Amino acid sequence: MMFRKITLAIAVAAIAVPMAAATAPAAELTIPSLAYRTGPYAPNGIPFANGYADYWNLLNERDGGIEGSKIKVVECETAYNTKQGVECYENTKGEGAGALVYQPLSTGITYQLIPKASSDQIPVFSMGYGRTSAANGKVFDWIFNFPATYWDGATTIVQYIAEQEGGMDKLKGKKLALVYHNSAYGKEPIRTLEVMAEKFGYNLLLLPVDHPGQEQKATWLQVRKERPDWVMMWGWGVMNQVAVKEAASIRYPMDRFIGIWWSGSENDVLPAGDAANGYLSAAVHAPGADFGVHKDIMKFLYDKDKGAGERDRVGEVLYNRGLVAAMWTSEAIRTAMKIHGTNEPTAAQVRDGFENLKVDEARLAELGLKGFTYGIEISCENHSGPGKAAIQQWDAKAKQWRIISKYYDRLPEITGPLIEEDSAAYAKENNITPRSCN
Amino acid sequence: MGDSLLYFIEVTIGGLLAGVMYSLVALGFVLIFKASGIFNFAQGVMALFAALTLVGLMEKLGVPAWVAIVMTIGVMILLAWLIERLVLQHLVNQDPIILFMATIGLAYVLEGVGDLMWGSDVKALNVGLPDGAVDWMFDLGIYVTKLELVAAATAAALVAVLAVFFQRTRIGRALRAVADDHQAALSVGISLRTIWVIVWSVSGIVALVAGIMWGSSSGVQFSLSLIALKALPVLILGGFTSIPGAIIGGLIIGVGEKWAEIYLGDYIGHAIENWFAYVLALAFLLIRPQGLFGEKIIERV
Repeated sequence: MMFRKITLAIAVAAIAVPMAAATAPAAELTIPSLAYRTGPYAPNGIPFANGYADYWNLLNERDGGIEGSKIKVVECETAYNTKQGVECYENTKGEGAGALVYQPLSTGITYQLIPKASSDQIPVFSMGYGRTSAANGKVFDWIFNFPATYWDGATTIVQYIAEQEGGMDKLKGKKLALVYHNSAYGKEPIRTLEVMAEKFGYNLLLLPVDHPGQEQKATWLQVRKERPDWVMMWGWGVMNQVAVKEAASIRYPMDRFIGIWWSGSENDVLPAGDAANGYLSAAVHAPGADFGVHKDIMKFLYDKDKGAGERDRVGEVLYNRGLVAAMWTSEAIRTAMKIHGTNEPTAAQVRDGFENLKVDEARLAELGLKGFTYGIEISCENHSGPGKAAIQQWDAKAKQWRIISKYYDRLPEITGPLIEEDSAAYAKENNITPRSCN
Repeated sequence: MGDSLLYFIEVTIGGLLAGVMYSLVALGFVLIFKASGIFNFAQGVMALFAALTLVGLMEKLGVPAWVAIVMTIGVMILLAWLIERLVLQHLVNQDPIILFMATIGLAYVLEGVGDLMWGSDVKALNVGLPDGAVDWMFDLGIYVTKLELVAAATAAALVAVLAVFFQRTRIGRALRAVADDHQAALSVGISLRTIWVIVWSVSGIVALVAGIMWGSSSGVQFSLSLIALKALPVLILGGFTSIPGAIIGGLIIGVGEKWAEIYLGDYIGHAIENWFAYVLALAFLLIRPQGLFGEKIIERV
């Protein structure tokens, strides 16, 4: 019996080995996805991870990958926990021919990965989150945080407020409150808002909310007492939903309450029902599923039962966020392939792709994303891109977000010196000699 | 009335009502601890599980809220039976720490099962509870939400029912006997297993009430399980075995943390509510180690 089993195994192996050799896989690109589908922040992690996965799968199904190289997405669960995120990084970085790029999807994890990935020479794309001063490519060679940083977000929101008030000079004497998640993420915009307060003459009221933010009574009692002209919010997860509800309860006008782009998804406003009508948030891309790429996602994935999530949730704000992250990353890989003349780029070559990335309006149209977001151009010095953001508004009746403003440019005179200052401090602390980009 | 006095009243009422919300969660802990000496780590997750089941039934079956509530109560009783069958039964006479660890495992299992059954989206819970500020008080300059008032009334009713249940019914007396000594209770013919099923069922129903209140205010989602963190200082302060303790403890913690946040925040920094609650509870422990209403246990060796 034993002998028969061994013979069979040898026979199977003998047939299988040459077959495997004959169908040697084409080049495979390994893209880890640090997702969180469990834990308290899962409602936000899931749509992002689905958008991210769907775009990569679309490239595989529709185009056969990128320039003929198939993409292998390796998902690892972080539960939005920094320690687990770092474990995911360690476990996936050697996968296949080596991980090409990381999207940590958490400011805490990003902070941990900045030194690790830099020494492992793997690019990190912390899209619209993470360490703001990573915008300075001279110091942060391996980190990219385009299309906009939190500091850009702060300057664009203040510009929108100024426009509603009748000009930047009208900000003088106004009271602006910041309700923020009491974490590295939530504290990011404070410095920028303080510098602007000095320059434009508004008063800044800081109201931190402790994790997870289920109970915010004290915060909103202070808002009631201080009566700020505008409230800005850097929140995440349940904190957003409770804040929107509390604001509605104290009858704070929703159209004077603006969240950053992580406080502006369907999840944040739906629990408040009609009361959330008119709530605003910053946006770096459009909501909705009316773009060419979504039609392809339906045709190549959901019609064939290959979608990562539920069909009717394609096009939600955070789904589109994951999708646009995958799109920019895939274009960076494509650029790397062109620069280095290979369809099997290494992580270091992908970084070159990021540094030479250009996705203009024409390219967006080719990708089925006309009008979805704005054109970007990344360079050796500038890892944060153009830093634009628009304002979107929630329509509770239609249950839809709508972009209601132009894309505002950041205020480089505000953010530039702050980025220089912070990145210089980081360079000094870590004995980094800023490279020359000439 | 001066603005600052009015504001003080508003903060105090806000704190008291927030405290009631913590008490609702703390009550579930007390019930199980009182009757079985187990610190049920899974209590927060039970609130989440109950709320998820309720919303799930309302959404998937399209049944009215009250039918869904009755069905959820059924699910919580079934859950209690399963917990007794699969977990507790095998751990009779084990150290409390073993039972405590079993409840940690239970928390993870329930979280996973809830996720598998109902998904992890944020779900709006609408069982017809009123929402928004109380108009006439708002006009007076005091912000109180209707939901909090409902929560306060519910908590009062719940405590009254539980008090009658523990003091006046046979089962209640049996529960207290088991709490004092498992083996002695067994020796006089009280069925430990039935008692455990009953107490976990009652605690499951209390978890459902807490889940409805918290879920109505923030939407039903996984962070609901973290409300247990808010109940811990309440338990430390009120004592682990006292139902009135859970209520009074909740009120003290609620008011204390709101006063601290608003009046001390400017001096020692804001967002101090969470740790201040623990500091307050620990300060009480220095004076009364058994908590405000806890039983003083004298162990003779």
